[in-house]
Amino acid sequence: MKILKDGSKTQVSFTLNGTEVDGYAEPRTLLSDFLRHEIGASGTHVACEHGVCGACTVVVDGKAVRSCLMLAAQAEGKEIRTIEGLAASDDSFNKLQDAFHKRFALQCGFCTPGILMTLSSLQDSGRRYTEPEIREALSGNICRCTGYREIVDAALDVLGDRVVA
Amino acid sequence: MKPAPFDLCIAETVEDVTGALASHGETARVIAGGQSLMAMLNMRLTEPDLLIDISRIPGLDRITVDQTGVTVGATVRQAELAAHAEAREAVPLLAEALSHVGHIQTRNRGTVCGSLAHADPSAELPLMLVLLGGSVTLASAQGRRTVAAEDFLTGTLTTSRRPDEMIVSAHFPRPPAGAKTAFREIARRHGDFAIVSLACIAQGRNLRLAVGGVADAPVAVDLADVSAETLPAQLNALAWRLRGYDDIHATARYRREMIRRLGLDMIMEAMA
Ligand SMILES: Cc1cc2nc3c(=O)[nH]c(=O)nc-3n(C[C@@H](O)[C@H](O)[C@H](O)COP(=O)(O)OP(=O)(O)OC[C@H]3O[C@@H](n4cnc5c(N)ncnc54)[C@H](O)[C@@H]3O)c2cc1C
Ligand code: FES
Ligand code: FES
Repeated sequence: MKILKDGSKTQVSFTLNGTEVDGYAEPRTLLSDFLRHEIGASGTHVACEHGVCGACTVVVDGKAVRSCLMLAAQAEGKEIRTIEGLAASDDSFNKLQDAFHKRFALQCGFCTPGILMTLSSLQDSGRRYTEPEIREALSGNICRCTGYREIVDAALDVLGDRVVA
Repeated sequence: MKPAPFDLCIAETVEDVTGALASHGETARVIAGGQSLMAMLNMRLTEPDLLIDISRIPGLDRITVDQTGVTVGATVRQAELAAHAEAREAVPLLAEALSHVGHIQTRNRGTVCGSLAHADPSAELPLMLVLLGGSVTLASAQGRRTVAAEDFLTGTLTTSRRPDEMIVSAHFPRPPAGAKTAFREIARRHGDFAIVSLACIAQGRNLRLAVGGVADAPVAVDLADVSAETLPAQLNALAWRLRGYDDIHATARYRREMIRRLGLDMIMEAMA
């Protein structure tokens, strides 16, 4: 049994987009804040901070989860992927990013990292999804700009069960 | 907002948890999936001195399916139970109800037992536990006890768990062989908390009906000699008995009406 004391920081290390990272966190530090302020990976956005909006979605051990509802200390030893890990090493877009670009699937872009991480976790399964399945998966991510149509279209281009011309 | 400061215990055994609960009492909180508790901590609706993370305790992550039903350990995530082939076959209603519990992102972390411990009156899993006549097993430094669903879920966010106890598992019995089951709920958006949730088990003209989101905890009733003629009056009587409550989501009157209408729809489907 390990007890982490309030007010004192302990080391937390995990794999972030394929690279080992570490930093120091208080017991109450949220994973979202740890990523942004301690690691400096500010691509993960934070809005509601109580699990409702999905802006902070990251992929932990292959599963899309809300980083504002996880403590940094709980991420110890995990394999985490964030928006920073999507682009190729030459900074070119991956397929999902490219489809978002082509389909105008973002306006202010605040929700985009969370939405792309939710969709990335679906992409890992290798299967194709119907529109209702895509919409259900996206029900956990709120976008206040687009009205979702373009986001769903972009997602279907890459993950959908219909053939794109 | 951010949580108020607390100590964090990363438990390795059930005894670590029951020991810490025994010495800290109500100032300690178990954290399982965190999908309800973290939000409450972030909003400072609760400010425990000690948080006990149970997610790394080995052996609590098991789903066991046998003749009697499905037993789910304290760290089993909702998404894991929903995807478990044998459990889906044994109690098909569970997977159906689980698809309404939040979103994929919350089901990937939220646990089955955490939802029972949280005891939201309209939550789907407590409704299933009551409908199926299930139970939870609690552990404390004194030993273990198993409590039936109705004795466990006592009110809004209230259970008969003592402050020194943790849930180690929950048991969802199989419905009787040959029985038909159905589930319905009404929510503003898919994945939002239900306003009213209903589920039933039909065997010939005998019916077991459970209702969530109307009284302050899910309630199950057994009705005999049910038919299309008797049902409206039976549902109306139940609606008035449970009364319902007004909040920002719906009025008490609306909740009662959902028992009459959704209830009728669902039962006719199950008995067809
Ligand atoms: C956006 C969103 C939508 C949601 N929608 C729904 C919904 O539609 N339906 C629904 O039912 N739920 C919904 N939830 C809540 C659900 O996701 C939670 O998973 C569940 O209520 C709690 O489970 P948990 O494992 O996350 O528990 P935690 O949040 O870790 O804990 C919840 C409470 O239970 C106690 N606890 C947990 N495990 C134990 C244990 N083993 N022994 C003793 N006490 C324990 C904790 O101390 C705490 O008081 C939603 C949540 C979010 C963020
Ligand atoms: S910031 Fe995490 S869900 Fe809104
Ligand atoms: S693009 Fe602005 S919130 Fe989605």
